Amino acid sequence: MLEIDELSVAYGAVRALDGVGLAVERGGITAVLGANGAGKTTLLRTISGLQPARGGRITWDGKELTGLAPDRIARGGVAHVPEGGGVITELTVDENLRLGALWRRDRADREAARKEMYELFPPLEERSAKPASTLSGGERQMLAIGRALMSRPELLLLDEPSLGLAPLITARIMGILRDLRASTGLTVVLVEQNAHSALSIADRGYVLALGRVVAVDTAAELLADDGLRHAYLGF
Amino acid sequence: MQEFLDLTLGGISAGAVYAALGLALVIIYRATRVVNFAQPALALISTYLAYSVTKATGSYWLGFAVAIVAGTLLGVATERLLIRPLRHRSELSSIIVTLGLLLVLQAIAGMIWSNEPLAFPYAFDFVGRFSANDLFVVLVVLLIAALVLVVFKYTPLGLRMRAAAFAPEVARTLGVRVGLMLTIGWGLAAAVGSLAGLLATPPFLFPNVLDGVFVYALTAAVLGGLDNPLGTIAGGFVLGVGLSYVSGYLGPEMVTIAALAILVVVLIVRPSGLFGRAKVRRV
Repeated sequence: MLEIDELSVAYGAVRALDGVGLAVERGGITAVLGANGAGKTTLLRTISGLQPARGGRITWDGKELTGLAPDRIARGGVAHVPEGGGVITELTVDENLRLGALWRRDRADREAARKEMYELFPPLEERSAKPASTLSGGERQMLAIGRALMSRPELLLLDEPSLGLAPLITARIMGILRDLRASTGLTVVLVEQNAHSALSIADRGYVLALGRVVAVDTAAELLADDGLRHAYLGF
Repeated sequence: MQEFLDLTLGGISAGAVYAALGLALVIIYRATRVVNFAQPALALISTYLAYSVTKATGSYWLGFAVAIVAGTLLGVATERLLIRPLRHRSELSSIIVTLGLLLVLQAIAGMIWSNEPLAFPYAFDFVGRFSANDLFVVLVVLLIAALVLVVFKYTPLGLRMRAAAFAPEVARTLGVRVGLMLTIGWGLAAAVGSLAGLLATPPFLFPNVLDGVFVYALTAAVLGGLDNPLGTIAGGFVLGVGLSYVSGYLGPEMVTIAALAILVVVLIVRPSGLFGRAKVRRV
């Protein structure tokens, strides 16, 4: 499981995270919700090593991640899809996809994973030789998620996968995540401003405000809590 | 007609050298946004080492091999010791460091090997129109350029290097060791640069021997697009031939001015190069 204790992160004098604690069971989908600037993106960036922690610990399966370089964390089975997807537009669709698994030694399985991604996201296969810059927003998000899954991660960190996408495409992406969890036992941490769609597939949710955890509960309870929804989730 | 042919062939062989040194600049620029002004000095030290080895052993090719290996190591050392500590500063800091390194290495070369011109051999017979040596220069540059392009485009290492150059942060989260890719890039660039130095130097080796070639290589890289290895190689050949015509028809004294004029005009009219597409870089 993913365990985060007393995590603090600061940008200069500005505290982005202030003693955040979080526990995510294996095979679960956990939503991290909150307004802009609540610290959601910072939380994911700190887990994947892009942002140094000022205090606290992050462990995955008992192994400490705090202080490790991002490439080490990635090779430990943690995949991070950043806000906007982070698709490399100068590379082709296929190159982006292959990049996700290059560090893995098993060549045959890399090839198998690539086939699976094209089956999972057929629009990508049609455009595999085209520059990723030619993809639509929804296709980019598919590519970003496919690229992350290429490494067969155990933990998938997703930052605002629904941002800027049509509701129908968001629903499809959420559906794919749900299926993946069921078929592979993938653990997902899903950061969203779109609380409703995130809670529709999550088991549990954390609500962040100004760098602190202000609520933790099952997805159903969070959805039912009107006061919380109005105060922090905006719907 | 005869003169035109001579000038064209001579230009191709000179252009090959600009292409090679330009390629060395582009490999580093693309990865780090730094124009490596120390590139000619790294090549210079390698070439002096080739001189010493060749003089001691009598073998041109042993000197050649030593120069390429030494160039690679110098590039790696430059990245690790001078460029990496500045990675959180602006690119300007790195550029100034490479300028400083240029001056220091040229001075060191003078102290070790003296500032007097030393006879430095051609690889092959150099007499006549498009000599065996000219052919060798063009072929070896085309071969190395093709090799570099194939590595970038078709190998997992090349894919990692491009990812590290275009989107370092994303590359890290995909398990790419970005620092290592930069080091490899500097090593590769300096190896190609050393090759250019070996080809450009004859007949005489002295501390400033590569200064002119460097200006033309930089012009070739700007002409082809500093981001664009293939464009830079083409730019090198185009520039070589163009300057050869200038030298033949307008006079050799016009060559440097013509190169600078081309540099300025390209920067004004097509800042991303003749073959480059204007591109918005995300920060």
